[in-house]
Amino acid sequence: MSEQFEPVIIGFTCNWCSYRAADMAGTARIKYPPNVRLVRLMCSGRLDPTFVLKALSNGADGVLITGCHPGECHYLEQNYKALRRYHLLRRTLIGFGIEPERVKLVWASAAEGVQLAKQIAGFVDEIRALGPLAWSMPSKQQLVAEPSVMEEVPA
Amino acid sequence: MNPSQDEKERIGVYVCHCGSNIAGVVDVEDVAVWAGDKLADEGVVVSRDYKFMCSSLGQEMIEQDIAEQGLTRVVVAACSPHLHEKTFRGACARAGLNPYLSELVSIREQVSWVHTDKQKATAKAKAMIAGGVERVIEQEALEPLKVPIHPATLVVGGGIAGIQAALEIAESGSLVYLVEREPSIGGHMAQFDKTFPTLDCAACILTPKMVDAGSHPNIELYTWSEVERVDGSVGNFTVTIKKKPRYVNEELCTGCGICVEKCTRNVIDGEFEAGLGYRKAIYTPFPQAVPKYPVLDTENCTYFEKGKCKACQLLCPTGAIDFEQTEQYITVTVGNIILATGFDLFDARRVPQYGYGRLKNVFTSLEFERLSNAAGPTNGEIVLRDGVTKPESVGIIHCVGSRDRNYNNYCSVICCMQSLKFAHLVKERTGATVYNFYIDMRTAYKDYDEFYQHVMEEGTIFVRGRVAEVTDAARRSGEEDKLIIQVEDTLAGRQRRIPVDMVVLSAGLEPRRDAKQVAHTFGISCSANGWFIEKHPKLDPIATMTEGVYIAGCVQGPKDIPSSVAQGAAAAARVISRINKGEIELEPIRATVDAHKCSGCRICNDLCPFNAIVWHEDEMVTEINHALCQGCGTCVAACPAGAISGTGFSNEQVMSQIEGLLMFEQPVDLLAMAV
Repeated sequence: MSEQFEPVIIGFTCNWCSYRAADMAGTARIKYPPNVRLVRLMCSGRLDPTFVLKALSNGADGVLITGCHPGECHYLEQNYKALRRYHLLRRTLIGFGIEPERVKLVWASAAEGVQLAKQIAGFVDEIRALGPLAWSMPSKQQLVAEPSVMEEVPA
Repeated sequence: MNPSQDEKERIGVYVCHCGSNIAGVVDVEDVAVWAGDKLADEGVVVSRDYKFMCSSLGQEMIEQDIAEQGLTRVVVAACSPHLHEKTFRGACARAGLNPYLSELVSIREQVSWVHTDKQKATAKAKAMIAGGVERVIEQEALEPLKVPIHPATLVVGGGIAGIQAALEIAESGSLVYLVEREPSIGGHMAQFDKTFPTLDCAACILTPKMVDAGSHPNIELYTWSEVERVDGSVGNFTVTIKKKPRYVNEELCTGCGICVEKCTRNVIDGEFEAGLGYRKAIYTPFPQAVPKYPVLDTENCTYFEKGKCKACQLLCPTGAIDFEQTEQYITVTVGNIILATGFDLFDARRVPQYGYGRLKNVFTSLEFERLSNAAGPTNGEIVLRDGVTKPESVGIIHCVGSRDRNYNNYCSVICCMQSLKFAHLVKERTGATVYNFYIDMRTAYKDYDEFYQHVMEEGTIFVRGRVAEVTDAARRSGEEDKLIIQVEDTLAGRQRRIPVDMVVLSAGLEPRRDAKQVAHTFGISCSANGWFIEKHPKLDPIATMTEGVYIAGCVQGPKDIPSSVAQGAAAAARVISRINKGEIELEPIRATVDAHKCSGCRICNDLCPFNAIVWHEDEMVTEINHALCQGCGTCVAACPAGAISGTGFSNEQVMSQIEGLLMFEQPVDLLAMAV
């Protein structure tokens, strides 16, 4: 069997929900692949899109952004701002010739250790399927197809 | 990166084994040696591993290195910062290093506990430590924010947990606002007849506490009221309480009860009497209600329906009835909040095969409490729905809505003991044959199992198995006009049909229907089941992740009366210690605008839900009010000029951490490629 590609993924977590969910996954000994390395922020609203570009340019194959469920933000509504930036970021990635699927936003409450682990495992598979990050300039077709990246974020 | 040798930070890296918790999966010795070698260029001068870094010996090791090796930064690779960040910050502070110059890397929760491949786990731990090292270099010396604590406290929910909490705080000399949604405090406990395992009467032990709470000079009681809005944060919450109209002037009312007596409308009491009894349109829910003022139910009041009657108003000796009353909004300031909003009973109708609501002699546990209560609709006579016939046989079904994937997975904790209490009461009052249908018997608490033994000795028949169905369709002789309980007796290993006269469903406990909304109002979170999440499930079951908001009683999860009382008292103790200290230290995570860099674009101005961002028209710059800033960092991320910095989570810190995490990966010049 040929050696499987092991992607490196940077995950941004919110101190109040997804970081706690990661803690909970740990306490409950729920297993997920070791490809993801987490960075703690106070809120998904703190996520400067350049953090994502920094991670991709420094060798990450994918970036997972996690935040509180809509309506449950510890800071009332800042996760919506993360959602806004996420959509803009995906458009920017296309301009860079990067598959927008390399960046994913998921919601995870502090209670959702199992769900977060599942999301991580799924994302690792998705990035593994995409292969290592290597890109070219976007083709015209890709730019025209841009609206297709605006699909719904999983709730 | 890589400044000249003398400018470099002197960093210590400490890798914890956590017994075998980390060392069982991560090669901690290898990690420590690696960090000392590969991260030396970054400034790591000491790198050690130790069995338990959080032990006093582990902490002393760090303190000694700070003193002897002149460390300027500390990275500990151990458990989650939510657990031990404080511990290691304390060690740094004791050795004279600013505590915020340390970083805790979670290689237990995020590595050893979630991964199995030792090689990959070790590699990930190394990358995470590199991230921590790069980040800690950018850390700044900070001072904690000190916030004064307002001495008043809000307690939401006047059940036994809330009453206990309010009394403890009031007794210590501080003011408490006790808010209760119902017309009286007392909660579910006021509806019960006896309490297990001692069988003392619930009212006899509860009502003195209710009276104490109602008359305490330090407790301001708001019944028939709800919290509408909460602003501010720990130390200084502004709470808006909505006082629903009672249509009774509390200053004039003496609680004589003439209005209730003279009211011409009888209404089925669906709340306190669980639908088994009647009340009037103007009523106090039960005789010992606190406060004693009645409340008028406008939906059933003849005056509100037809515009005439006014019997209560005409006959009130003090003229206290006020049909014009409207809701009032009261704003109070408190330093801390205790939520004790309790539970809802599982709706037994949701299990259609048990026939509640369809088969008339199927009762819920709450109905049984009212039936057996001497002050209840039957004066304590345990009778069938017809109101006269004593049952000759009774089946009590445990775990209704609990431990069931179709409804709630969890155990509701109190149902076994409650069902045993019911069995005893039926035996004592009617002499009927009693069957208890259980999955597992859970009687683990002081004197509980003895009570189980006692009920067994009284002759209650225990059948182990989840009941499949309760039906009135007779199949054999002896089943006519009976309720037949179909069950697999798992001890006998066969199906049984047991005919009885009465079935009692021991319904489980559920989070309040509006728990999510309440959690949102107070800025806390609910578990997947809907119970409020505690700060730590073992070591801090009374605090929440939101500073200044505490939880007590069933709102945290199903529990019995002693545990609710204990948790209420514990939450109160925490609040009292806060009040006594007078101030609280908070994480100094706040955003700050560098006025020189601010271009006045105002992009950040609309981003803050706390209104902490202030625009100065005259100087064309934005400023952040630190008293209002909560530290989310959304404005920091938005500033195109990089003029806003977020202490604790600055751009430099996060960028460096990303660099560290990927230090040993293949970097790609993304921007250059895209041009």
